[in-house]
Amino acid sequence: MRFALSDERRGFARSLDDLLGDAGVPAASRRWADGDSGPGLEIWRRLAEMGVSALRVPEAHGGLGAEPADVVVAFEALGRHLVPGPYIESVVLAPPLLASAGGGPSLDDLAAGTAIVTAAAPPMAPLALDAHVAHAVLVLDGSGLSAAERGEARTSVDRSRRLFEARPAGAPARLDPAVAAGALDAAVLACSAQLLGAGERALATAVEYAGSRRQFGRVIGEYQAVKHALADVRVALDFARPLVYGAAVSLGEGSPDAGRDVSAAKAATSEAAHLAARTALQTHGAIGYTEEYDLGLWITKIRALATAWGTPAFHRARVLAAVTAATG
Amino acid sequence: MNLDLDDRERAFRDEARAWLAEHVPASPLPNMDTAEGFEAHREWEAVLAAGRWSVVSWPAAYLGRDASLLEWVLFEEEYYRAGGPARVAQNGISLLAPILFEYGTPEQRERYLRPMADGTEIWAQAWSEPEAGSDLAALRATAARDEARGGWVLNGQKTWSSRAAFAHRGFGLFRSDPSARRHKGLTYFLFPLDAEGVTVRPIPKLDGHPGFAEIFFEDVFVPDADVLGAPGDGWRVAMSTAGNERGLSLRAPGRFCAAADRLLTLWKERGAGSAALGERVADAWIAAQAYRLYTFATLARIERGESVGADGSVNKIFWSELDVRLHETALALLGAEAELRGAGAPCDGAWMDGYLFALSGPIYAGTNEIQRNIVAERVLGLPRGDR
Repeated sequence: MRFALSDERRGFARSLDDLLGDAGVPAASRRWADGDSGPGLEIWRRLAEMGVSALRVPEAHGGLGAEPADVVVAFEALGRHLVPGPYIESVVLAPPLLASAGGGPSLDDLAAGTAIVTAAAPPMAPLALDAHVAHAVLVLDGSGLSAAERGEARTSVDRSRRLFEARPAGAPARLDPAVAAGALDAAVLACSAQLLGAGERALATAVEYAGSRRQFGRVIGEYQAVKHALADVRVALDFARPLVYGAAVSLGEGSPDAGRDVSAAKAATSEAAHLAARTALQTHGAIGYTEEYDLGLWITKIRALATAWGTPAFHRARVLAAVTAATG
Repeated sequence: MNLDLDDRERAFRDEARAWLAEHVPASPLPNMDTAEGFEAHREWEAVLAAGRWSVVSWPAAYLGRDASLLEWVLFEEEYYRAGGPARVAQNGISLLAPILFEYGTPEQRERYLRPMADGTEIWAQAWSEPEAGSDLAALRATAARDEARGGWVLNGQKTWSSRAAFAHRGFGLFRSDPSARRHKGLTYFLFPLDAEGVTVRPIPKLDGHPGFAEIFFEDVFVPDADVLGAPGDGWRVAMSTAGNERGLSLRAPGRFCAAADRLLTLWKERGAGSAALGERVADAWIAAQAYRLYTFATLARIERGESVGADGSVNKIFWSELDVRLHETALALLGAEAELRGAGAPCDGAWMDGYLFALSGPIYAGTNEIQRNIVAERVLGLPRGDR
C-alpha cells in the first residue's frame, strides 16, 4: 500500500485549519454549552460552504461522494479545533441511511448543510447528540431505522455535548444490513479521527506551554520528566494515526476487514488522545484545571469521545472476535 | 487492509514464501548464544545465502537481489510468518553493511560483504565502553598512529558487545585524537577478534548464555586498510549506523505480526473466560497492526524522498515496548507455567525466551530515555537545556 495523503487532501486540511483557526471555535463551544447555538451554527454554515456537510452525500444530490479518507481529514480538523455539533450524525451517519431508506430531510438539504440530523445508534451511541439543533432525530437499531422524538436531556462531561434520549415514533424502516453496518463503521471512524485531532491539539498546547512556563529558573520543557511524558504522547499519536488511515482505506475498498480495522482505530485513538489529555493537564498544572482556560474543553471532549461510538472495551472485543475467527 | 502490490512485488513475495516453506528448519535451532547454536545459525545463514535470501536488499554482485524497501519488508513478513530462525549475522548485515556500502573502499566491500552475507564471517559491534553506554561521545579506548607500519594501535576496553563471544570480527569507534573534544577525533575500525592483543571475555546474559562480551585491546595493530571512512570522522560514520539501527532497518513489522498471530493462537488455547486478558491480547494485535501500517507509511515517505530523521526514535520506542508487551501478554496467558523454559515448557519456553530477549530492546541501540530526549527535542522542539 502506498499510503500517503494526496496533495488535494492536504490542501483540504489546510483550508479547514485556516477557517477554523480564525472562527473563534472555543468561544462558540462555550456559548453552545450555555445554550446559545448561534455562533456554532454559523461555523456549521461556513464548513458547509467548504463542502464538509456534502462529503458523504451522493453526487446526484449535490454531494461530493467523497472517500472515507476525506472524512478522516475533515473530522481530524473538527477535533483539533473543538467544533461543537452533531457532525458525525449529520455528515457521516445520516446520508447513506436516508439514501437507502428514504424519509427525513432531503439529501440535497443535508449536502447544503441547511438540514441537520442527529441520531442514536444503540448500543454504541445510545443518546442523540445535540437534538436541540437538529431538524430530524433518527434511531438506528440493528438494521432498522426510525424517525424519533427528542426525549429527556442528559448531561455530558463535555458541556458542549447536549445529549438527548430518542424515542422511536412509528415502525422502523428496514435497511440493507450492509448499509447500516457501513454507516456505523464510518461514524466510528469519524469519531476516531476527531479523537486524533483533539489529541494532537492537546499535545501541541502542552508543548507550547512547556516551552514558555518557567519554574526553578528554567522552562519546564527542559526537565527530562516533562520531556519524556510528552515524547510518549508523540509516540502514541504517531502509531494511532496509521490505524485511522488504514481503516479509511479498508472502508473505502469495502474490505471484509473494515469493521475490525475501524474498531482498532477507535480503541487506539481513544487511548492515545486520553494520554494526550492527561499529559497536557499534568504539564499545565493548576491552570489547566480551570474552567476559563481552554485546555479543559479538549480534556472533557476527549473524555466524552473516548466512550462515544463504542467504548474501547467494546472495540477491543470486536477486534479480538474478528482476528481469532481469522486465524482459524 | 490489503497491500497494493504490483506484479513484480507479488512474484517476489510468492517466491520467498515458497522457498521459506521448503527450507525453514522444522524444529527450532539451539540458542544462538551457545557454541552449538552459533554454528547451527551460521549454517542457516549459508542456506539462506545459497537461495539468495540472506541480504535481499543488497546488489546482486554481493549475493543480494536489489530488492526495494517494500520488497525487503515483504520478505521479512514472510520470514517471520514461516517461523524463520533469529539471524546471527544481523549485526553485520544491518549495522555494518550499510556503512560499508556508503563509506567503504572497493577493497573493503570486496573483502567483507560476501563472507558477511553467507555467514562465513560473523561480526560483533564494539561500541559501548564501561563509562560510555548510550553516550558514545564519551568513548576512551584509543587509537595511536603507527606511521612505520602504516596503521593504528588500539588500546582500551569495549563492553556489551553482542555476539562477540563467538564472532570472528568486530567494528567499533576509537579515540584517535585525544586533544579533540567529545564527538571529534573518533575513528571507525574493523578488526579480527582473534588478533594479537585482543582478549574476549564472554558475559552471560539474563538467560545464562554468553550473548555479549567484554573486549580488551592491548597494543592491537590495525592497518590503514581497515579504517572505515576517514580518520577522525568516526562519529559521523557511526551515527549513520545508529540511524539504521534505530529506524526502519532493524525491525521490520513481520516479527511483531507473527508474534501477534502466535499470541492469538495461544489466546484461543488458554485465554477463554478472561475479559481482561482478552483486552490485552486485542491491544497487542492492534499495536502490531499499527506498527505494520506505520512502516508502510514510512516507506511511502522514503519513496517521496523525505528523510525519516528523528522519527526513527519514535519508531524505536514503539517497537521495543511493543515487543515486551506482546511477550508479557503471552506469559500472562500461560499463568503459572510461564516461568518454565526449555523441554517440557509450553511452546518449549519460546515465550519466556522471547520475553528475555525483548527486555533488552528498550536498553540497546540507545536507551529509550535517550530516544525520548531525541523525540522531545528534535520532533517536538522542546529546549535542550543542561540535562
